[in-house]
Amino acid sequence: MNALLPNLLAQATSLPSIAPEGGSAWMPPQASGHAAEVDAVFYFIYWVSVFFFVLIVALMVYFVLRYRRRVEGELPRLHSSHSLALEVTWTIIPLILVIVMFYVGFRGFMDLANPPGQAMDIYVTGQKWLWTFKYPNGHDDTELHVPIDTPVRLILASNDVIHSFYIPAFRIKKDAVPGRYNKMWFRPTRTGEYLALCSEFCGTQHSDMRARVVVHEPGLYEKWLTDVSDPFKTHTPAEVGALLVSRRCSGCHTVDGRAHVGPTFRGIFGHEVGIKGQPSVIVDENYIRESILTPSAKIVAGFENVMPTFKGQLKDQEITAIIEYLKTLSKSPEERSP
Amino acid sequence: MTTIDATSPFAPPAGDPPVNYLTATRGLRSWLFTIDHKRIAVMYLVSILTAFLLGGIFALLVRTELWTPGRTIVDADRYNQFFTLHGAIMIFLVLIPGTPAALGNFVLPIMLGAKDLAFPRLNLLSYYLWVAGAVLAVVAIALGSVDTGWTFYVPYSTTTSMGGVVPILTGVLMLGFSSIFTGLNFIVTIHKLRPPGMGWFRMPLLLWSLYATAIMQILATPVLAITLLLLIVERLLQLGIFQPGLGGDPLLYQHFFWFYSHPAVYIMILPAMGVISEIVPVFSRKHIFGYDFIAMSSIAIAMFSFFVWGHHMFVSGQSTLVATIFSLLTYSVSIPSAVKVFNWLATLRGGSISLRTPMLYALAFICLFGLGGLTGLFLGALAANVHLHGTYFIVAHFHYVMMGSALVAMLGGIHYWWPKITGRLYSERWGQLAFVFVFIGFNLTFFPQFLMGTHGMPRRYYNYPPEFQLLNQMSTVGSYLLAVGFVIMAVYLLHSVFAGRPAPANPWGGATLEWRCASPPPTHNFDSPPPVGDPYDYRDLVYNPRSAGYVSAARPAP
Amino acid sequence: MSTLKPTGQPPAAEHSAHLQHQFDNPRQQFDAAVQGMWLFLATEILLFAGLFCVYAVYRANHPEIFYYAHVYLSKPLGALNTAILLCSSFTMATGVWAAQRRRQKLLAAMLVLTFLGACGFLTVKYAEYKHKWEEGLGWGQHYHPKHIAPGFAAHEAEEHGRSLPSPASAPASAATSAPASAPTATLATDAVSLAFEPRSLGPQGLAPSGRVPAQLNPEQEVRNVQTFFAIYFALTGLHGVHVIAGMAVILWLLARTLLGHFAAGYYTPVELGGLYWHLVDIIWIYLFPLLYLIH
Repeated sequence: MNALLPNLLAQATSLPSIAPEGGSAWMPPQASGHAAEVDAVFYFIYWVSVFFFVLIVALMVYFVLRYRRRVEGELPRLHSSHSLALEVTWTIIPLILVIVMFYVGFRGFMDLANPPGQAMDIYVTGQKWLWTFKYPNGHDDTELHVPIDTPVRLILASNDVIHSFYIPAFRIKKDAVPGRYNKMWFRPTRTGEYLALCSEFCGTQHSDMRARVVVHEPGLYEKWLTDVSDPFKTHTPAEVGALLVSRRCSGCHTVDGRAHVGPTFRGIFGHEVGIKGQPSVIVDENYIRESILTPSAKIVAGFENVMPTFKGQLKDQEITAIIEYLKTLSKSPEERSP
Repeated sequence: MTTIDATSPFAPPAGDPPVNYLTATRGLRSWLFTIDHKRIAVMYLVSILTAFLLGGIFALLVRTELWTPGRTIVDADRYNQFFTLHGAIMIFLVLIPGTPAALGNFVLPIMLGAKDLAFPRLNLLSYYLWVAGAVLAVVAIALGSVDTGWTFYVPYSTTTSMGGVVPILTGVLMLGFSSIFTGLNFIVTIHKLRPPGMGWFRMPLLLWSLYATAIMQILATPVLAITLLLLIVERLLQLGIFQPGLGGDPLLYQHFFWFYSHPAVYIMILPAMGVISEIVPVFSRKHIFGYDFIAMSSIAIAMFSFFVWGHHMFVSGQSTLVATIFSLLTYSVSIPSAVKVFNWLATLRGGSISLRTPMLYALAFICLFGLGGLTGLFLGALAANVHLHGTYFIVAHFHYVMMGSALVAMLGGIHYWWPKITGRLYSERWGQLAFVFVFIGFNLTFFPQFLMGTHGMPRRYYNYPPEFQLLNQMSTVGSYLLAVGFVIMAVYLLHSVFAGRPAPANPWGGATLEWRCASPPPTHNFDSPPPVGDPYDYRDLVYNPRSAGYVSAARPAP
Repeated sequence: MSTLKPTGQPPAAEHSAHLQHQFDNPRQQFDAAVQGMWLFLATEILLFAGLFCVYAVYRANHPEIFYYAHVYLSKPLGALNTAILLCSSFTMATGVWAAQRRRQKLLAAMLVLTFLGACGFLTVKYAEYKHKWEEGLGWGQHYHPKHIAPGFAAHEAEEHGRSLPSPASAPASAATSAPASAPTATLATDAVSLAFEPRSLGPQGLAPSGRVPAQLNPEQEVRNVQTFFAIYFALTGLHGVHVIAGMAVILWLLARTLLGHFAAGYYTPVELGGLYWHLVDIIWIYLFPLLYLIH
């Protein structure tokens, strides 16, 4: 079945189409050096399967029509009920075919298992419900950026339950298991933006646990890394804070006044909030810092104790930046800087 | 010893034996404390179909929620509970007991010319263990539900705050023992209660498949039992075998779980294949092709199924060597299944083929199992598995083999043995109509999911990227068509019980021994053991239009 | 697993009271029951096989845990339990022999002796469990040993010519563990307090991302010793549950004996009960060396 029909239907119903340019009928675009081999394995098995499926259905339909019973009680014409030659044939031929399938699958897998020596290491940590990436220069980010045509080795870890890191366009996937490191590698071959998803059920927001993957033109990756490693060089603390909040906190906190998994940040700084089981507090710099490092210390009334700690993940400078940003969300429009 | 209640819907028409197993004794206690394998089978059938209804409702809720990418009718936690309960109910309450408990219990002793199973009271215990499992599942739902997926992977299952985890694990433990005792019963019955003249290779093929299934039940289910027990203790007492924070290994849990759960899927499919091996020759009036090979392939599947569990874990971090071995062995298990499909096709060739409802389901099985089995080949290939694991491709694959094959065969078996079990014929036309809805609905629901998977949509996803919406909507429409088909089926089957035409002893012309006793059979099945012949020789069965059934005729001299 | 075969005579007519309608003759019924029981025993073996597998995996990956922790177990008590169970298997087998010959008084006496053996086994087990609990030798979070493994210090000095490390040299990587209780203080000669850090890395799993944890050095510390005790309690606990179930079966058999059910040559339940009890014994025979006698 070709993706053409879904595309036509998509156009007719004004829904987004599943097959963007660059993909094939069954597969997304090939964006890693490994993808072509995986697709080859897939399509080999696909065409063998199509052949046998058509054969089985065609034979079945033919026999049913040709040998249809016309009168109840009618006995059949043929009486054969065994044939060693047939049994051997339809055992040996499938056996040969599946051995070939095993072999091509195995070869592709071995490529995936053995990174070349010069791979760049990026540490990937999964936790509910966020992927973070640590780059060789120590920078932590929630997006995966890589330079084109460079082997990249991902070292996967988990802070809580089993997650699985999956990039369909690269045809790679590996579980992130707490208590161990799993590794995989790839070589991106196509610039652009792709999606990484969690593919092992991990709770409420499992289906939102995605990350943006960006493959850069030569030279642009280094530039991005430098810029993003020290945003304080080019931005005010409040701007950096805004960036951090949108990247690290927006899964659970909004800035527009809606309560979500956690309280909204709009207007919260300087306000008094009720605390579960304790006297209420005014939200000041100390409270925000405490909430980031030891979130379970004071839970705002009406919310659950689900916030993970960011100890070790946010530097002091970054916490200050977040505080500055939150201050701006409490100012009236005139007070905020243009 | 009994009175006939002429007003009972099961009272036989005049001329038939005065009482059958349904009318022999009356009252709730005579059912709840019965040791008659046929009554136990009927209780299983009703209970399993009820569980199927519940699991099906959860499926419709899942598919309805997936009509749009974000929230459609419920929040994420509720959705996660829906798919978990759908899976657990369908697998443990419906498909694993399924054909052996609801159909095998009824038919196996009669096919052997025996009066009952070897251990009738153990059979009743098996049923009550099933009921205990079902009750615990309901308790689990009431106590805060489960959202771990039916696989209960650690550490999620040991740390989730939902309160239904331990009850449902205990329920599954009960169901495991129900399964073990049924398997034990079947093995001893087949060994010890075969009639004189019925050597192993004169048994109907359904019995070969039930035997092979029973071997798997005995050997694999205890491993599930210890896994669940350890998981319960891990969660309640923080034992520390599986949780990494306490020095445990979460991958060890996966190995244990799949060591059972892979044979479990063959426990689901082998009896189904046995049913197909019964239906196809009867409705072709032609001897099954390749009896020996079909029989041996059941044993081969049972054996190989124990060696392949690691193919569920190719991306978990297991070593490349181990993954390679599992991939190679996985392909070995596909060959006996292919052998069966080709033998069924060869049976059709040159037959006298009748497209009654049971045969429609059998033919559908061949197509849908063909497709489902072939898609397993993609998953056995390591390189492709990495891309497809954890996506909707897997969901589509297992629905084709579990629902499109195992369940469809069970439906075929229910329609095939319905006249024998109830003594009534259902409406053939309504049967064919429901089949059309089921077949089209099924394919519309699950075929698009293959595309969703290859394009990268993971499974157990509440919220999906918007480009998958069209395929999801097609799938949801299909699920509603399926529901319509099942509603129609429920209606005409129930109708037949109360107002269907009385069934002759042998409406379809089967040559296995159950067609020699009345429909429904008397409590003791046979007055004297019937003579044993070839279970697939239809030549001395002639059609009697007056009774709309087949009767034995003396073979004309050569 | 009784090696005594039933007496060769065909079953007498008085057995037909027990003959169920699906069987042709009592011999067929007896054979079926025994086959069924063997199948059930196979499932029990597989149940325990799972736990033995857990043992094998952890022992293969972390032999140091087993080497260190098994010393906490009392070999004499384990050997005593082994002897008790072996004797009780003998009395049970004698009981089956008695049942075959319709010697009900002997059967009853043997059942009582077997039951008493089981009681003795459980008493010893209780004493062992109590000792473990008091010494802080539990599973998971319940592992906070009060003393170093008895004999381990001397054993170490003798075998490896080294003395145990002092708390000051506990490795820096202990800092990567989640809130673990600090090792207790000084080393004395007889009752030494534990200098090792036996806890696993904490619920955070790995060290904060970006840092690979320091290699485990078994010379300096043995981590995750609690795993041994998790396996110990799981294995012996499940076995203990089976012993208790066996005791219930024996009591039931005893009741039926006293009611005269086995007076007429029908003794299938005794045969089956005997098979079960032998299984319980055999499992312990495997368990004992694996847990107690490692070296």
